Amino acid sequence: MGRLNQFLGLLLGGTTAMSLLLTVILVLALSAIGYVMGTHRALRSASGDQRLLHSLKGYYGQNVALSVFVPSAILLVIWLVAQPLFINQSVSGLIADQVGAEGVSSALIVQDMRRVADGLDVVVAQGVLSDDAIAALDAESTNIRDVLAGVGVAVGSDVTQLTLDGARHYRALATTGNVLRGFVVLAVALAGFAVALRRTNKDYRARNVVERGVLVLLFSAATVAVLTTVGIVFSLIFNTIDFFQTYPAADFFFGTRWEPSFSGRGGASDLGFLPLIWGTMFISIISLIVAVPLGLFSAIYLSEYASDRVRAFAKPMLEILAGIPTIVYGLFALLTVGPLLVNAFGNGGLFGVNWMSGGTAAITAGSVMGIMLIPFVSSLSDDIINAVPQAMRDGSYGLGATQSETIRQVILPAALPGIVGAILLAASRAIGETMIVVLGAGAAASLSLNPFEAMTTVTAKIVSQLTGDGEFNSPETMVAFALGMTLFVITLCLNVFALYIVRKYREQYD
Amino acid sequence: MTDTPKFTSLKVQDPHTKNRNAAEKRFRSYGIIALAIGGLFLAALTFTILKSGLPAFTQYVMKLDVTLSQEQFDDAESQLLKTAVYRDIFVDNFAAQLDAQGVDVAYDAAALERMLGKVGGDIRAHYRENPNDIGVPTTFQLQLSSRVEGYFRGRVTRDTLVDSRFLEKADLDVVDVLRDAGLMTGRFNWAFLTGTDSGVDNPGGAGIGASVIGSFFMMLVVLFLSLPIGVAASIYLEEFAPKNRFTDLVEVNISNLAAVPSIVFGILGLSVFIQFMHLPQSAPLVGGLVLTLMTLPTIIISTRASLKSVPPSIRDAALGIGASKMQSVFHHVLPLAMPGILTGTIIGLAQALGETAPLLLIGMVGFVAREFPDGVAAGFLDPNSAMPAQIYTWAARADVGFYEKAWGGIIVLLVFLLLMNAIAIFLRKKFERRW
Repeated sequence: MGRLNQFLGLLLGGTTAMSLLLTVILVLALSAIGYVMGTHRALRSASGDQRLLHSLKGYYGQNVALSVFVPSAILLVIWLVAQPLFINQSVSGLIADQVGAEGVSSALIVQDMRRVADGLDVVVAQGVLSDDAIAALDAESTNIRDVLAGVGVAVGSDVTQLTLDGARHYRALATTGNVLRGFVVLAVALAGFAVALRRTNKDYRARNVVERGVLVLLFSAATVAVLTTVGIVFSLIFNTIDFFQTYPAADFFFGTRWEPSFSGRGGASDLGFLPLIWGTMFISIISLIVAVPLGLFSAIYLSEYASDRVRAFAKPMLEILAGIPTIVYGLFALLTVGPLLVNAFGNGGLFGVNWMSGGTAAITAGSVMGIMLIPFVSSLSDDIINAVPQAMRDGSYGLGATQSETIRQVILPAALPGIVGAILLAASRAIGETMIVVLGAGAAASLSLNPFEAMTTVTAKIVSQLTGDGEFNSPETMVAFALGMTLFVITLCLNVFALYIVRKYREQYD
Repeated sequence: MTDTPKFTSLKVQDPHTKNRNAAEKRFRSYGIIALAIGGLFLAALTFTILKSGLPAFTQYVMKLDVTLSQEQFDDAESQLLKTAVYRDIFVDNFAAQLDAQGVDVAYDAAALERMLGKVGGDIRAHYRENPNDIGVPTTFQLQLSSRVEGYFRGRVTRDTLVDSRFLEKADLDVVDVLRDAGLMTGRFNWAFLTGTDSGVDNPGGAGIGASVIGSFFMMLVVLFLSLPIGVAASIYLEEFAPKNRFTDLVEVNISNLAAVPSIVFGILGLSVFIQFMHLPQSAPLVGGLVLTLMTLPTIIISTRASLKSVPPSIRDAALGIGASKMQSVFHHVLPLAMPGILTGTIIGLAQALGETAPLLLIGMVGFVAREFPDGVAAGFLDPNSAMPAQIYTWAARADVGFYEKAWGGIIVLLVFLLLMNAIAIFLRKKFERRW
């Protein structure tokens, strides 16, 4: 009996992860039992003669198992998403009247409460204090911050009575929520079990029902792609609107200075978008200057000149370049290419010019990114050149043209739209590339034409604004969402345009 | 009236033909040069990675036999300054060993501490943990300080070294003698592979082990979510989807998602999974969810290609003997497409493993992965780092000693990627079927 109590305690109370795991295991076990029982019941209703069943016997089992699993799994996922939202709402309601007086944003207080509540969970789990002892705590006589620090949970400031009350409220709600979740999910699973089992008899069209159910599951998997896009668009739009309420849109889009003030130092920030988009374009153009000739000539050589043996060796070699993680290129830019360029163009360098003062510069990031883009340009162009019909080559040779004349005057013009599409796709990669510019391009935003100067890009600033220690709701942080929005729109347009060109071109020969 | 045509030999090229042939050769050489640059770059990259990264796998230690009797132990433990006593014991043993080997060099205890750190504390800790070693000769392998290690690697030289309380030029003479005597040697740095990240001031102690575990848990999430969802979506689109607006919408979405910059997925993860759903920050679970969304298009595209390559005759035969559409897909088409699906999945996972940018935004950078997760649930939910994020963290630290660790981390990451790609190629070669 004690064992059972302990088990129920784990299932219904316990930590969130623990009760969740047990709930899932129970649901899975129930569907396994359902499978066996459904199969048996169907067979029994046909007096053991499989031929009398409408469907194969396994389908009756699958029907019960799916009826147990699918509704409870859906409910569980919805509950997991909804419970924290509900609790947050409730805890915020608790402090609604006190917020104005203390002049701190309520989101911050709720965040504190949540952290303290999580800390108290650890305190209980490690057996420092019991649940009863926590209910009796009061912030005046006990320093909660020290108690939490004792179990390795760091809290930013001293815990006030308000925060403690909120944390206790939070814990109570979370515990109730976990208990309820276990009960409701298991109840739904049992209900599905009972309904499906009751329906099972030899005339039940189990296969049709199961197949319809599976089709719905397949369909919902296909909608994940749409949901992802919706998620991206919504998370960008709402936060961008929030940002534009604290910072004027005109200043963002047409500002020529990017100087965010850091938290605590005060003063207004200049969050002009132009230097960033300028840096992005500049570095992308440098990378395309490297990638387009190299990629295009590689593709021409591979598709028109190379023997099978060279092709078998060189094509995978270029593909390796595409498979290397960008962090590797970034590190290479920062630690190898940057110092190398400074040795060549820097003070006292190989060429005796003093153009470059630091290793991180637009040309460092641009050239390394160009190498990364070679395979994107070459493999797409390769496909497109190969798609040019042999008859066009033969016609040109028949008129006496050499191979290079054929390529320049017949094949390239015919393949041009496709190649432009490939270059546009490469450009969209370059604009969205993050790690190489974060490590190789520097941090200073400047509207300059000098490739040897440090520059920064939209992606690099998204990273630095969101990983900094600024407050989340400040314009300095929220600007990252507006930057992300513009990045998303620009790359989306480029991709759609590029795919349109490539597709339109392909139709010509089919 | 007419000029007699000037006859020239057909074997001699006229200037125009010469020009055209030269142009032909030039054009051809452009292609070779372009390929050669690509190859050269790859070679340079490989060389740099190996040259800068391999040192991370060796560690320099001083080997010394120490014998501590029970009396010495009891005596030392009763003293007020316990580690100082242990240090003296160490120095005595050190002197004895030098005498035994006939090495003659001038040193003092302070120099030893500069080279080895607080030896007394290390030795005391060892004996307190292993009381059985008391009275038995024990070989200690004590890690050298990061500056001495830098001297072994050529990062620190007598010219660049400035005398300080960390290391003096004279110490390097002692180091030379000890190295020649075989007392200071390099050994394989297991701690780098199995260890956890260290603080910002201790590059020598940093290891990549914890973040390998973090990446592993992330890949588990990606595998168990993206494979079923991706395969299900592909089956729907390839076999069942009616031609309508919604199907077109899904198709357009998938091809666009494949080209959305990875950092945008990071923003999605930050605002949906962390801000909205309140999942824990820096957790491998969240990283796995974000990478799942990123990998899905790759898996869907390759799965659809392999479903498409199964010939329609298979479907027709199944339908012909009375299978339902669903049965023909799940019993015949899917098993035949499985090798292609697995290959695509592994390649998708390899891409996800190397992805860094979205992890920056969900807080896996800057987090110091000091300990291993203690259990499966903690593995998914406790803050951890991931391999590429760990490499970035090291690259962003001020101490140059961490650069070597970053390159070493890249070697580990690339070994994993190579393995995964090799498995994918093997699967394709072994099971691929041409119809």
